[in-house]
Amino acid sequence: MLLFGLLLLLLPAGADLSGSAAPLRGPVHASPSAPPRLLLPQPAAERGAPGVASTRSAESGDGQEEPAAAEHPHHGGGYRVVQWEWSYVQTPYVIAIWLLVASVAKIAVFHLSQRFTTVVPESCMLILLGLVLGGVVLLASKRQLYQLDPALFFLFLLPTIVGDAGYFMPARLFFDNLGAILTYAVVGTLWNAFCTGFCLYAAKLLGVIERVQADLMDFLLFGALISAVDPVAVLAVFEEVHVNEMLFIIVFGESLLNDAVTQVLYKVYISFVEVGPQNVQTADYFKGVSFLIVSVGGTLVGLVFAVILGFITRFTKKVRIIEPLFVFLLVYLAYLTAELFSLSAILMTFCGIGANKYVEANISQKSRTTVKYTMKTLASIAETIIFIFLGISAVDKSKWAWDTGLVSCTLVFILLFRAMVVGQTWVLNRFRLVPLDKIDQVVMSYGGLRGAVAFALVVLLDAEQVRAKDYFVATTIVVVFFTVMFQGLTIKPLVKWLKVPRSTNRKPTINEEIHERAFDHILTAVEDIAGLQGYHHWRDWEQFDKNYLSKMLLRKSVYRKSELWEAYQKINIRDAISVIDQGGNVLTSARLSLPSMASRASFPEVTNVTNYPVAVPVEPEEDKADQSDPEKEEDVGITFVARKVETPKQRPKSLDVCQSPSPLHPSLPSEDSHLPWKGGVGSPPPCVSVEATKIIPVDLQQAWNQSISSLESVSSPPAPAEPVHPRVSALSRLGGSRPASYTGPIGAAPAQAPAAFCFPERKKLMEEEEEEEEPGASQEMQPLMSAPKLPGAPQTPPPPPAPPGPGRRRNPCVYLRSLVTPPPGGGAGSHSHRPTQL
Amino acid sequence: MGSSRSSLRRVPDGQQLLQETGFSAAVLLRLHQRFQFLDKDSRGHLRSEDLEAELSENPMGDRIVGAFFQPGQETVDFPSFVRVLAHFRPTEKNRTRGGEQPEPANSRNRKLKFAFQLYDRDRDGKISRTELLQVLREMLGLQVTEEQLQSIAERAIQEADLDRDHAICFDEFRKSLEKVNIDHKMSVRFLE
Repeated sequence: MLLFGLLLLLLPAGADLSGSAAPLRGPVHASPSAPPRLLLPQPAAERGAPGVASTRSAESGDGQEEPAAAEHPHHGGGYRVVQWEWSYVQTPYVIAIWLLVASVAKIAVFHLSQRFTTVVPESCMLILLGLVLGGVVLLASKRQLYQLDPALFFLFLLPTIVGDAGYFMPARLFFDNLGAILTYAVVGTLWNAFCTGFCLYAAKLLGVIERVQADLMDFLLFGALISAVDPVAVLAVFEEVHVNEMLFIIVFGESLLNDAVTQVLYKVYISFVEVGPQNVQTADYFKGVSFLIVSVGGTLVGLVFAVILGFITRFTKKVRIIEPLFVFLLVYLAYLTAELFSLSAILMTFCGIGANKYVEANISQKSRTTVKYTMKTLASIAETIIFIFLGISAVDKSKWAWDTGLVSCTLVFILLFRAMVVGQTWVLNRFRLVPLDKIDQVVMSYGGLRGAVAFALVVLLDAEQVRAKDYFVATTIVVVFFTVMFQGLTIKPLVKWLKVPRSTNRKPTINEEIHERAFDHILTAVEDIAGLQGYHHWRDWEQFDKNYLSKMLLRKSVYRKSELWEAYQKINIRDAISVIDQGGNVLTSARLSLPSMASRASFPEVTNVTNYPVAVPVEPEEDKADQSDPEKEEDVGITFVARKVETPKQRPKSLDVCQSPSPLHPSLPSEDSHLPWKGGVGSPPPCVSVEATKIIPVDLQQAWNQSISSLESVSSPPAPAEPVHPRVSALSRLGGSRPASYTGPIGAAPAQAPAAFCFPERKKLMEEEEEEEEPGASQEMQPLMSAPKLPGAPQTPPPPPAPPGPGRRRNPCVYLRSLVTPPPGGGAGSHSHRPTQL
Repeated sequence: MGSSRSSLRRVPDGQQLLQETGFSAAVLLRLHQRFQFLDKDSRGHLRSEDLEAELSENPMGDRIVGAFFQPGQETVDFPSFVRVLAHFRPTEKNRTRGGEQPEPANSRNRKLKFAFQLYDRDRDGKISRTELLQVLREMLGLQVTEEQLQSIAERAIQEADLDRDHAICFDEFRKSLEKVNIDHKMSVRFLE
């Protein structure tokens, strides 16, 4: 669907290419009717035809193209194997090329210069690139062929961005700040629109604006479309600035919700302009009501689709593969439906916000990842296209009807009124638990970026009725460029200079998860006791959700899962990944700590256990990196962990594998119970190997074993007062009790996904190993490892579940691989679970 | 404001509470009205039943009600009632209250202490594994199995437990919440 939409964008391009290519091809290209028809949407859109019309014309153009292409082979006369089939592939081809250009542009933008890109936001670079491209096109064809087509923008580009933003919107934060967001979006936008409109009119009367022929209605219309903060621009700029979440959600939420206001104002003024200012009274009554209809209607459409989406994903268990499709389709349908009834389509973000919880719980982990990445991909490409096309559109002489007075007045008023809007904050602060201080307000007013929405709206104006359209277009372009480029460029230094609290990427620890939930309950209770109607009454909603919505929209199997448990699992998985990313390397455990355990030194007790792998003082970084990469490349690190049930027995022996470079502790296996490596031995003889790769299997193996052994200790809960640390005793228990305890967690978990459930148990233990992530190092070293590993893997037989004998040397990589790939039909097969989905 | 100051005289210990808790007179009056409303029989003090009636849905209701009562006491009078609520007053950034008590009830520390004591039922200064499990069980109800609860509790303790005594003492508790904005998360906006 999206693809088809992109047709629209590229139609002119296709037409252009085919036009220039036609002479070369001669008679073979025998569809003369197609290209002219395909050209239609472009002028139509440019003349301000409503989006629907141009869509339709695109469709008809497309439809005509097919038959033309179909009869193609017949009328060339002779039989040719190789033919020029341009008209057949033209449209998708051009689309693909454009997407490629956009994506490559993104790469180019990011790799141009590391230092440069940290200063200049991506959106600016893309606009600049668009300007260059536009210039090239203009020079080549004397006329601007491309521009941001409003139909394309509203039907395809905007929904992908807004859908993505809505689906991944932090719902709690959004609703906590809903009051502020609504105030800014409604009151602020109205104020901005009226003031800008009236003041421009005043400036016109005063003679500051000379050339523009426009009356009050035109200026009010212009004020309405220029005053709305743009979600695309805000998203693009703020994502790079990383201000704290609250500030971001307020600005971004405002930019989303003001859509309803803008749309109503825009439509009302358009109708005023059409009817003529004299007959306005009748339409006047309509105005106030229509805002409610448009906004509430848009929200309702979103919520209805959210319910449908939740309900559908409840039943997709057997068709996992198309799960993500439902998400895309329904979110998109929600948007289109809102457009269909000319409601505020952007408000269908509520579809994403509402459905997210249920969908995420219903669909599988893989689908979640798919949804996430597909949405991000689409949104990112849509954003790229928007900014590039903004740039291209600006290079068009026909559009530049410059009036310095209008441009400068607009800029001044926009900045001024934006600042004044934020002045309403002091009213808001009386009602807010967390007041917005001065610095927040500065950033908020400075973050009022205008963007493609305003541009698309102004392009949609009917030049017949709004005679000053060309001036307005030019001014809009300047305003958009000014806000996106100048403000976008300076907001980062500003934020730094003002010391605005930044957002941290830190994920909450399990303690924070628990306590914050408890705090919620506490606060609700306190408000109940003190008789206050406070923010925490969203708990009432939660109750409703639990009693009705969740029952309806969630699968039985997930209904009982609690969020805290989910959070717990996530934390565990994260830790596990970080452990595995380093190949379970614990060489440098002394300075290791898990990401979830911020700011803590490692516990000695754990380090004891984890210390036993050989310490390689020489170049630990390199070793670690080497070891991490096999896991990464295979992308099966978790499989490795989740499957290999047999390995614990190998742990002591596996150390012997290490003999290859130099023997470590010959006595180790027998002294398992008192952990000789712990202290008695002092520092064990370092196992320094010339070839770093040779150590790898050892450490991986050991890491694995540790995780299993620590799993032991938890799945059979340790007695609190046990003098020996549980993990130590667990080590001694390794042989016998393992299978039973292993199945324990599975049995306890719902049947839905055994691996997913038992897995966290293990993860949790892995975290005890106190591993530290060293992202940079591991990645850089990857190439080192891939060479020996890959060739070796295929021809090796899967290893027996029994560990390699002490003297037996294996190719480390092969051994590693064998852990990862399930042995065909071997005994291990019965144990192997499906790879845990990450 | 003037009227609320004058009617403050009807509130027991009004002036002193004003000083002590930092509530404005209007808030204090409001809370007093609320207190009288809760105190159905006008006995001048509340019993736990009075409070529990308000919290039937809240999984941590019992604990919070318990926090209003000093150990061994059955009732709570208005000043103690307000003092407990004062923990949840938002901290103001600018106002420096020099000369008064060094630590007002709504300081980060006191807020955390209050929360900590809700966990620490036996008041031994530590959240043991059992205590944590109990809280989790109350909060999560039937949503999770006992094994899941245990692994969550286990992990939480391991994460926070710096001195490895298998319990979370107050310092560890505070440390584990170092990054959380307690002023935001443990404050209620009291209406004027």
